[in-house]
Amino acid sequence: MDVNGRDLELIGALSGGLALQANPFAALGQSIGMDEAEVLARLQDLRDRGVIRRLGVIVRHHELGYRANAMVVWDIPDEKVSEIGKILGAAPEVTLCYRRPRRLPDWPYNLFTMIHGRDRLSVERALAAMAEREGVAHYPRHVLFSLRRFKQCGARYGRAMAAE
Amino acid sequence: MIDDTDRAIINALQGGFPVCDRPFLVAAESLGLTETALIDRIAKLRADGVLSRFGPMYNADRFGGHNTLVAIEVPEDRFDEVAAIVNAFPEVAHNYARAHRLNMWFVVAAQSRAEVDRVLTEVEAATGLTVHDMPKQREFHVGLRFEA
Repeated sequence: MDVNGRDLELIGALSGGLALQANPFAALGQSIGMDEAEVLARLQDLRDRGVIRRLGVIVRHHELGYRANAMVVWDIPDEKVSEIGKILGAAPEVTLCYRRPRRLPDWPYNLFTMIHGRDRLSVERALAAMAEREGVAHYPRHVLFSLRRFKQCGARYGRAMAAE
Repeated sequence: MIDDTDRAIINALQGGFPVCDRPFLVAAESLGLTETALIDRIAKLRADGVLSRFGPMYNADRFGGHNTLVAIEVPEDRFDEVAAIVNAFPEVAHNYARAHRLNMWFVVAAQSRAEVDRVLTEVEAATGLTVHDMPKQREFHVGLRFEA
């Protein structure tokens, strides 16, 4: 289960993206002195173990027409948050669902869900319908629509970070 | 604008990219494209900003990586200045203005919690503003697949 130093080198080298050429994994390996067979074997393994959730196109949802991006936050009693997190995490409207700490007094919310939609009205409608359907409409919630996107890129991990 | 072929590529390749010596060739076959056509299409989608990248989405927990969601209350007249400071950190993966008193929300991702803490300390020092650090305590769902 351990991710070793060679894996971390590969994770770092891949984090910026894959070269758009016929043999991208060979090129990736060249940048860190790893032959293609080792790159392929390690990547398969990292994917099988869920270290790599996904490999492929990462879209800018805004450019695809998902203009409304709402962070919907909920104040759920601690003893209920696992149950409600599972319910909302499984809802088709929700693209991300995390528990995070409250920061009282500024921030009473402990469950964070993202809902993306074509426009604000469709997000608000989807949220209202979901809240009723899933039986969570009575919990305090707040919707934070995004106003501007300043930055969107991949998280950078692994050995490449140390070199930057 | 994207066409039906672009849509098919986006819908098919949000994950599941083959790991083999000629992955674009394998992916292209199931899309009815040539290898070169698929590579050119992806390059154009990336150049046009439809894709943020062609690469991995990691589960950083699995290799000791850390990330956190950070909120700051930024005075309106300092917004661009503070955004420039925050975005200059390579550890900041994305940053959005949101409609709330806490009006700037960004993700800090790094190889260790100590690195994340260093970034937060530096952001506070550079901006003079309080950061609210909200690390993930539990993940219930990560989807982020979008139909084109």
